[in-house]
Amino acid sequence: MGANNVNDVNTQMAERYKNNFLKEIEEQAEMGDWVKMCMQCGLCSGSCPTSFQAGWDHPPQELFMMIRAGKRDEVLSSSSMWMCTSCYNCYVRCPRKVPVTHVMHGIAEYAYRIGRAPKNQPTQHLSKTFWDNCTKYGRVNEVKLTQSLYFKDGIGSGIKKAMEMQSVALGLVKSGRLNPMEAIGGGHKCKDLKGIHAMLAKAKELEAQRKAAKATAAG
Amino acid sequence: MAETKTAAYICKGCEIGTRLDTAALVKAATKSGKMNLVREHDFLCSAEGVAMIKNDIDNEGVTHAALCACSRRAKTEAFNFPTIAMSRGNLREGVIWIRPDTDEARETTQEMAEDYVRMACAEVKAMTVPPGNQKTGSVKTLLVVGGGMSGMTSALESSKAGYKVVLVEKSGALGGWAAKLHKRVPTREPFKAPEDNGVADMAARIEADSNIKVYLNATIAKTDGAPGRFKVEIAVESGAIAQEDIGAIIQATGFTLYDANKLPEFAYGKTPNVVDQAGLEALAKAAAAEGKPICRPSDGQPVKSVVFVQCVGQRDASGTHLQYCSGFCCNTSIKQAMYFKDSNPDIDTVVLFTDLRTPGNGEDFYRAAQNKGVIFSKGVVSQVTPNGNSCTVKFKDLILNEDTEAQADLVVLATGMVPVSGVNIDAVAAAPAEAEAAVEGEAPKEVIATIAPESILNLTYRQGPDMPQFKHGFTDSHFICFPYETRRTGIYTAGPVRRPMDILQAQEDATGAAMKAIQAMENAGLGKAAHPRAGDLSFPTVRLEGCTQCKRCTVECPFGAIDEDEKRFPLFNESRCRRCGTCMGACPVRVISFENYSVNTVGAQIKAVDVPDEFSQKPRILILACENDAYPALDMAGMNRHDYDPYVRVIPIRCLGSVNTIWITDALNGGYDGVMLMGCKHGEDYQCHFVKGSELGRYRMSKVGDTLKGMNLETDRVRDLEVAITDMATLPQKINEYAALIKSFPPSPFKGF
Repeated sequence: MGANNVNDVNTQMAERYKNNFLKEIEEQAEMGDWVKMCMQCGLCSGSCPTSFQAGWDHPPQELFMMIRAGKRDEVLSSSSMWMCTSCYNCYVRCPRKVPVTHVMHGIAEYAYRIGRAPKNQPTQHLSKTFWDNCTKYGRVNEVKLTQSLYFKDGIGSGIKKAMEMQSVALGLVKSGRLNPMEAIGGGHKCKDLKGIHAMLAKAKELEAQRKAAKATAAG
Repeated sequence: MAETKTAAYICKGCEIGTRLDTAALVKAATKSGKMNLVREHDFLCSAEGVAMIKNDIDNEGVTHAALCACSRRAKTEAFNFPTIAMSRGNLREGVIWIRPDTDEARETTQEMAEDYVRMACAEVKAMTVPPGNQKTGSVKTLLVVGGGMSGMTSALESSKAGYKVVLVEKSGALGGWAAKLHKRVPTREPFKAPEDNGVADMAARIEADSNIKVYLNATIAKTDGAPGRFKVEIAVESGAIAQEDIGAIIQATGFTLYDANKLPEFAYGKTPNVVDQAGLEALAKAAAAEGKPICRPSDGQPVKSVVFVQCVGQRDASGTHLQYCSGFCCNTSIKQAMYFKDSNPDIDTVVLFTDLRTPGNGEDFYRAAQNKGVIFSKGVVSQVTPNGNSCTVKFKDLILNEDTEAQADLVVLATGMVPVSGVNIDAVAAAPAEAEAAVEGEAPKEVIATIAPESILNLTYRQGPDMPQFKHGFTDSHFICFPYETRRTGIYTAGPVRRPMDILQAQEDATGAAMKAIQAMENAGLGKAAHPRAGDLSFPTVRLEGCTQCKRCTVECPFGAIDEDEKRFPLFNESRCRRCGTCMGACPVRVISFENYSVNTVGAQIKAVDVPDEFSQKPRILILACENDAYPALDMAGMNRHDYDPYVRVIPIRCLGSVNTIWITDALNGGYDGVMLMGCKHGEDYQCHFVKGSELGRYRMSKVGDTLKGMNLETDRVRDLEVAITDMATLPQKINEYAALIKSFPPSPFKGF
């Protein structure tokens, strides 16, 4: 999807749901229909291990309240859902059994889908790179994945990071956990790449069907 | 009357025989106790031991028996001899179990045991067999005042238990507030949707019930008498008076909603689009009757958005409005939001709350409402402004920490419950009680004026026409331990007149009150006391020739049992009495007594203790322990083998309120070195079984300091200790600490006089 196209989707969605952002999240975001079940006890926020790093704008329960209060722009551009480490503390502890982790991922994915995710967000970059890398070869090419992450912000910082991590990389190589041949297309591969691609294509098709059905049901 | 023959029995079981020199105990009972007959037994509570006592009663003519074995709280089934006067010497829990089995301790332990034997002998000689209250009434009809959910439930439950009921309702129909509800909060699984209010069904069952006689448009003009023999005059619509003989009364007069007009910032009364919860029920009922959606009162258009404001005029810290949470309104708002969502999911329903409190199964109901799309926002509303046909609700969002506002077609205010409890008799009768209240530092005067003080029961009691109130105008009941027990014997309050509650709680309350009322009625018919001395046959008698008409007994009686006769002497209504003895403790000339509990029975025990001279290094400390909490706690300390000081002598008393100051003066004059009083917690969260007894007792004892100073004694010679039944582990420590303090004083100068 191109940039323009994405912005169009955002405008369309904003227009379609007007003042009812909660409804938009319920219908468009994965697990979004759980947002209304939050009872604002704050156990998720208290349980989140990332809370101490001041890296997130809004704790989960606050984000849910913002959705109910219709704060569309703040929610979609929030960094909170990207900071989730998927530790599942909140998921396990929620007294209302709200799958908080999944809801956060759902909101993140929706923000990305309509082009509202923060630019150059590292979590988002990693996810995208990992997915592309993994689906291309059927297995993760660790050297290429690392390279792409290190050089995300340009050649200079990439070299700097690579030098910093040199001893770790050598250790991994020595103990057989990293194959330097991967840099030139060697290393481990899967047995049936075609099969995997077919599987992924089928999964995508099913997912699209499911989403279309949900959208139709929601009207 | 048959000749008096006294007997003492010394048990040797449970190691009493091995730990103590029982021959010396027999000697104590014979010589100091002067008992006509003294027997030892290896196992007094065995069938053989009981048969021995029985034989002595039947064939030897024993009329008074001192059983020196275990605590009076133990083996009560075995030692059940209702035809004789009986006392118990507590040698087991009170002596051997609280003393170490060592050579050093043997002497003091033996002295303790001998004193308890002497005390039991002295006590029983001062007792007579209670004949039971003769002025009984055996009416078995219940009066239920109020025909709402609580009243209807009480009536139906009593009828089910086989009793006749007279139900008096002020309005023209049964049902009360519940009848005004469109639907009620669900009462059964899965707690997901409002259900029928159930009033029609209950009213029909009452109509069909031949046990229940209903007076509509009627009030109580006069209530006279006592449990088992109330004479109640009912003023009916025509102006005529109907008379009913009643055994016990249940007051289920319910509540009114707090007046939203007192909160001008919420625009109630300025626009018809702001309603209270009852207002919304009326709208919903009207809409349902017409088969239409709920409409805006201002222009009749269907409501598209509604905001519910919780805690309006409730939980108010400033003291201007209700200070308490009414407990029902969160569930009610959830239910009312469902009225909208169930008819049209597109209607915006927002509940603005600070703490959502959903008692019972309300949590499921809350979840169901969230599932239906009701939005719950934590926020405090500052203002509602009418805005054409809609309203602007200004509030602070407490989660997002920002001031914001919402537009709504309709605003519903959750105002709380105000009890309909009639005249506040303490306020009316403040004059004589004022001195008492000031010292107790009672709660600051309630700012909120409750409903017009029209009496409900119109009792002819000297203490006032209605039930005593506790906090916030709710009627007093034993909140912590015995929630159904009020301060008027045979009259029970049920439902929101007692504390804020919802329908389910009120129905449970009403059922409980009905059962207690039936018990009270039955006990009254047998001349027995009601709770907590249920079954007690003793009752207070007064030697009128000694009475100075000071009226203390009539004022202090926590249960309003004592009226005044035409000659201004106290007139005891035995059936209203709970046998706490507060009147006896209050009487300055000591003319009030019970057959088995009097100034003499305790006084004789105090005098029976052997007080060693000042050179012996053996102080004596008297403990007067409340039989409801402190005495069982002491027994349990014994069961758990917590040792305490051997110089204390414990006498159980019915209530701290029954402690007459003469006992303290007698003890100190008799050479005791200290006196410890053990009573229940009093005040706001009182635990006293007789509600006011411990408070009145403590007030009385607060004056003892002056007497002590007059006697040139340290004020710590009298110590008041608050004891709960759970204190069995800490109580021995406190006794020991006090004993150590007393030992640090010089011996009492009154020894040997």
